[in-house]
Amino acid sequence: MKKFRQLRPQLLALAVVLVMVGLISPGFFSVTVQNGRLYGSLIDVGVRVAPVALLAIGMTLVIATKGIDLSVGAVMAITGAVAATLVADGHSVPVVLAVSLALGLLCGIWNGVLVAFLDIQPIIATLILMVAGRGIAQLITGGVILTFNDPAFSFIGSGAVLGIPMPILIWLAMGLAVGLLVRRSALGLLIEAVGINRRASMLVGVRARFLILATYAISGLCAAMAGMIVTADIHGADANNAGLWLELDAILAVVIGGTSLAGGRFSITASLIGALIIQALNTGILMSGWPPEFNLIVKAVVIVTILTLQSPAVADELTMLRDFLRRKGAQK
Amino acid sequence: MKRKLLAASSVACLMLSGAAFAADMTVGFSQIGSESGWRAAETTVTQQQAKERGIDLKFADAQQKQENQIKAVRGFIAQGVDAILIAPVVATGWDDVLAEAKEAEIPVVLLDRQIDAPEDLYLTAVTSDQVYEGKVAGEWLVKDIGDKACKVVELQGTTGSSPAINRKKGFEEAIAGHANISIARSQTGDFTRTKGKEVMESFIKAENGGKDICAVYAHNDDMAVGAIQAIKEAGLKPGTDIKVVSIDAVPDIFLAMAEGEANATVELTPNMAGPAFDVLEKFKADGTVPPKWIQTESKLFTQADDPKGVYESKKDLGY
Repeated sequence: MKKFRQLRPQLLALAVVLVMVGLISPGFFSVTVQNGRLYGSLIDVGVRVAPVALLAIGMTLVIATKGIDLSVGAVMAITGAVAATLVADGHSVPVVLAVSLALGLLCGIWNGVLVAFLDIQPIIATLILMVAGRGIAQLITGGVILTFNDPAFSFIGSGAVLGIPMPILIWLAMGLAVGLLVRRSALGLLIEAVGINRRASMLVGVRARFLILATYAISGLCAAMAGMIVTADIHGADANNAGLWLELDAILAVVIGGTSLAGGRFSITASLIGALIIQALNTGILMSGWPPEFNLIVKAVVIVTILTLQSPAVADELTMLRDFLRRKGAQK
Repeated sequence: MKRKLLAASSVACLMLSGAAFAADMTVGFSQIGSESGWRAAETTVTQQQAKERGIDLKFADAQQKQENQIKAVRGFIAQGVDAILIAPVVATGWDDVLAEAKEAEIPVVLLDRQIDAPEDLYLTAVTSDQVYEGKVAGEWLVKDIGDKACKVVELQGTTGSSPAINRKKGFEEAIAGHANISIARSQTGDFTRTKGKEVMESFIKAENGGKDICAVYAHNDDMAVGAIQAIKEAGLKPGTDIKVVSIDAVPDIFLAMAEGEANATVELTPNMAGPAFDVLEKFKADGTVPPKWIQTESKLFTQADDPKGVYESKKDLGY
């Protein structure tokens, strides 16, 4: 119950966005079963949010250590390119999955070593892979959109189990797994400790370097999953565009979720709700039929509003206003 | 009689000198970089064209930076090439380096994009007409649909980009005056497959499960390929239930056409160098000054144009 109260601002914002979208395009909430799978705009939101949701899971942990990972979009492009190459060469799905995930992990470890052991500032350390990564991906694909035709691999992007599309299952499962890992053990607390004061936590015996490395590794792993989903979705690897600017959406999702960029307290659930808010907005804008020139303006206005309402200053003012009104009511 | 003879002999001279010049012409080519598959194909075709004509092509990749292009052009001038081809990455900032080329009497031909510079600084520009491309796509749809009522959904390119603005304009011009055809929805798909698919999914849901949509017009083939997947996943038949028409003519759209899943595409030819070499050869031979703008052909391909064969001929160009 306490948890639910903490999530109240995010849930409220999601509800308001959904109601707004529902008003603009009736039929948004209708979910039917077609070809043995759930079908509807609400399901689209769940499917299309998958890449950002996965990135937000890893990003939450990284940001909680006072870091940031700008490379996730590029890592998506690299793993997507490698996965597509392997699939096109006729390798089996387990091999493709293993190699791609290992590669994502490796990219994450690279970032982690730069940040935790060489003490390079996270924004610069991850910028290196962000810039170089897309070039690496282009080298792998040879600069073309590498297409393949393999129903087994495409299943990750467009298949369904018990009517639920695979991307939804993947981000839910990953969120649950990482959430349980950090919250059912002391890991989450330790990560928060490192984020609030790395030196103090090291002095009391927390292995800060290792923890920071691990958060970047998880972030890389999440990016690999996201990369495979977008590759499977379009049956091809587009090195130029896969994951382009998604690192920013992921950071935004984490911030809407209330995790501070200054590190410390974090919530994976809240970040996932943040990702859902962004995607509900995106899908809502597409359904609205407004000219595309408005897309970014509408998105910016809604997000500024949400962040303003969440800001501590505004929250204080609102509390004071409430108390004032109460006192006035009591005087009468 | 005398005049005729003179004309004939001058033509013969022209042909001779043209051939002679082509054989030992050195041309510098400053390419933007590898921003897209089409760009890679343009590079491949330029090299092929140069080889066929016996032109010595010096290639410089600018990696999307104008400063690299300016450096490359200065390098070409220093080497004393016979002509320079530039695929300009941006429209402004060319005046100085083009003036240097002019001073060295090296003709410059712009490929694929126009620039903001005085016209006397370059010989000519070889580009496609993007408005016309949209028009060709629209005219195909008008002809194909006939008198039936048809609701079209449009997948625009990146908002504000010139191909998006122009291809939209051309299509609208073509369907103007045909009251049976209307654009029901129009959104940007950012020229990518992923966004094209996502936007098409929402169009299908917004338009009665796709039953109200008669055709989709995409500003490039990649978005069309994404839209085709969205249509299939919604349980409809692309190419029959919803017609698909797009622009660019990249190899993958021909695969879709061969399967009957796409209906028509308008080619943005990667052969910009061919016409450029033609005018350069003429200019070198007898000083024929070409018009300031040479429009490339915007050819329409449909399912009747042997899509399998076109795919085979295009797939190794580096798209």
